[in-house]
Amino acid sequence: MNFETEGVSVRYSRSRPLALRDVSIQIPSGSLYAVLGPNGSGKSTLLRALLGSVPLAAGHVRLAGRPVHAWSRRAIARSVGVVTQHESVTFPISVRDFVSMGRYPHLGAIRRESAKDRRAVAAALEACRVADLADRWLGTLSGGEWQRARIARAMAQEPDALALDEPTASLDLRHEMAILHLLRRAADDGRTVVLVTHQIELAARFADRILLLDGGRVGAEGTPDAVLREEVLERVYRWPVAVTEDPATGHWHVTPLAGVGNEAPGPRPGRKGPAAGGGPRHGRRPADARAEGQASPSRAR
Amino acid sequence: MRLRPLPAPLALACAGTAAAFGLLLAVRYGAVPLTRAEFLAALSGSGSGPDRFIITGLRAPRALMASLVGGGLAVAGATLQALLRNPLAEPYILGISGGAALGAVLALAGGWVSVASLALPLAAFAGALLAIGLVFGVAFSGARRMDVGVLLLAGVVVGAFFQACVALVLTLAEANTIRSALLWMMGSIDGASWGGVSVVAAYTIPLLAVLVSLARPLNAMAIGEETATYLGTDVERIKRLAYGSASLVAAAGVTFAGVIGFVGLIVPHGVRLVAGGDHRLLLPLSFLAGAAFLTVADLVARTALAPAEIPVGIVTALVGVPFFLLLLKKGPGR
Repeated sequence: MNFETEGVSVRYSRSRPLALRDVSIQIPSGSLYAVLGPNGSGKSTLLRALLGSVPLAAGHVRLAGRPVHAWSRRAIARSVGVVTQHESVTFPISVRDFVSMGRYPHLGAIRRESAKDRRAVAAALEACRVADLADRWLGTLSGGEWQRARIARAMAQEPDALALDEPTASLDLRHEMAILHLLRRAADDGRTVVLVTHQIELAARFADRILLLDGGRVGAEGTPDAVLREEVLERVYRWPVAVTEDPATGHWHVTPLAGVGNEAPGPRPGRKGPAAGGGPRHGRRPADARAEGQASPSRAR
Repeated sequence: MRLRPLPAPLALACAGTAAAFGLLLAVRYGAVPLTRAEFLAALSGSGSGPDRFIITGLRAPRALMASLVGGGLAVAGATLQALLRNPLAEPYILGISGGAALGAVLALAGGWVSVASLALPLAAFAGALLAIGLVFGVAFSGARRMDVGVLLLAGVVVGAFFQACVALVLTLAEANTIRSALLWMMGSIDGASWGGVSVVAAYTIPLLAVLVSLARPLNAMAIGEETATYLGTDVERIKRLAYGSASLVAAAGVTFAGVIGFVGLIVPHGVRLVAGGDHRLLLPLSFLAGAAFLTVADLVARTALAPAEIPVGIVTALVGVPFFLLLLKKGPGR
């Protein structure tokens, strides 16, 4: 299932600036698509626009070729599993019942759960490694376990696509990697995964394509190799970074460099005198990155 | 040790037994003592005339009324708590009690109705509908979506306004009126008739069925409106249906039994602590537990100081609050 936006703009209220401006992207079927960008750059809004839950000021969104507003809420829910950023656990509910809510789009209000529904729930519990917590109250889980239960609920929907808003934000290293591998596997199985995240390096490692949002606009879009460039990241994040390739693992490293205040970078560590290499909006020279002690060549151009 | 949720069939059987047992107790005991033989004879229709009247004309409709009102208030409370994602919400939060009280007090002070008249419930119901209409009118104006926060604030403010109106009417009223108005506001199921029971049943039971059929969407809404949307729920429609049904059920309760506090707050909360928060189970269980609770509370209200009666609202508060505090302190999940 592919997503497509064409000149999409979103405005939450007249008194506020556009949350998204003229965003045109293509998210191909079966790909893991990472959405990155500074806080407030419109990542969550883009997710809502893709899911048809926010009115568009301009442009079009298409799911599987059909305009998103021609889809019923329930039809979208049958095709896309969503993990939002905020949810509350006000009332006690068991983990199994919570994950079973992923079957609601298939069941409606009245129909009883069938063996197929129970199998889908069991598979989702297993895949997200919360099967042994299934009979616990949701409120007794740790933050990471709860997050995995929420992803399990989305998986239990057996959707063609997954949309997740910072799903690994409160997870430790092991569980974060487990979830990312899970999402990668889902994409390899033909599901489309849209992942909003702040983890640049992991996005580069797992995603097929990366969208870098900048103040509601497309700051950069393309394969990880094309987006993870010092000049691109510095322009969008307004902070000096060095992008290097780890010779041992072959993964990209994004190292934020020393900075003073909110905007200006300070002198490089281990270097005296006025800052060399210019402000944060300028590209880093390779020599500067190497001065950080990185063995591998910088990716700045 | 944390308790697991009670299995659904066991929980339903327990609550059903409690409700049936409450009904039986309420019919068996009262201000006039009857022996077991007299009771059975009156039930089967062969006893003396006065005994038969006490059982089938007074106690049975009153016990059924208490069941319906108690169950209705508990289900309305559970629904509002889910919609507002706040365990402190109760059925009167939308200004319903204030509106109903104003209707009743105006009717009493104007001398149009007596306490026992069937027109009193009508006046109370009109007041409750007025309050509901006002609150919903405010919450819906301006935007197409219903803002839950605005709804809550509007309910509290409209309720306070009506309470002030009630106080104003009472300061100008005669002593007799004040006494009957205060008694009405403390809640009483005194004078329930078969006619009243059938009206409440015909009105409440379909609305309760609507609410129970919304159990899955309510589960989703209890997590968050955005998540509910992504689980395929038509959030705005569910909100309208559920708020509307719950407030009408509460209005029926307040109309025939006055303002009975704590049932809609404690019962769903207690049920959740024992059986979990899944509304497919929570709503039916709340109905049964609320029915049992109010039936027994009403039994206490009319026998504790017999032949005098205590307003049942006082009993629900006196019994409910310590019970609630105990649950909070010792309940599962602590």
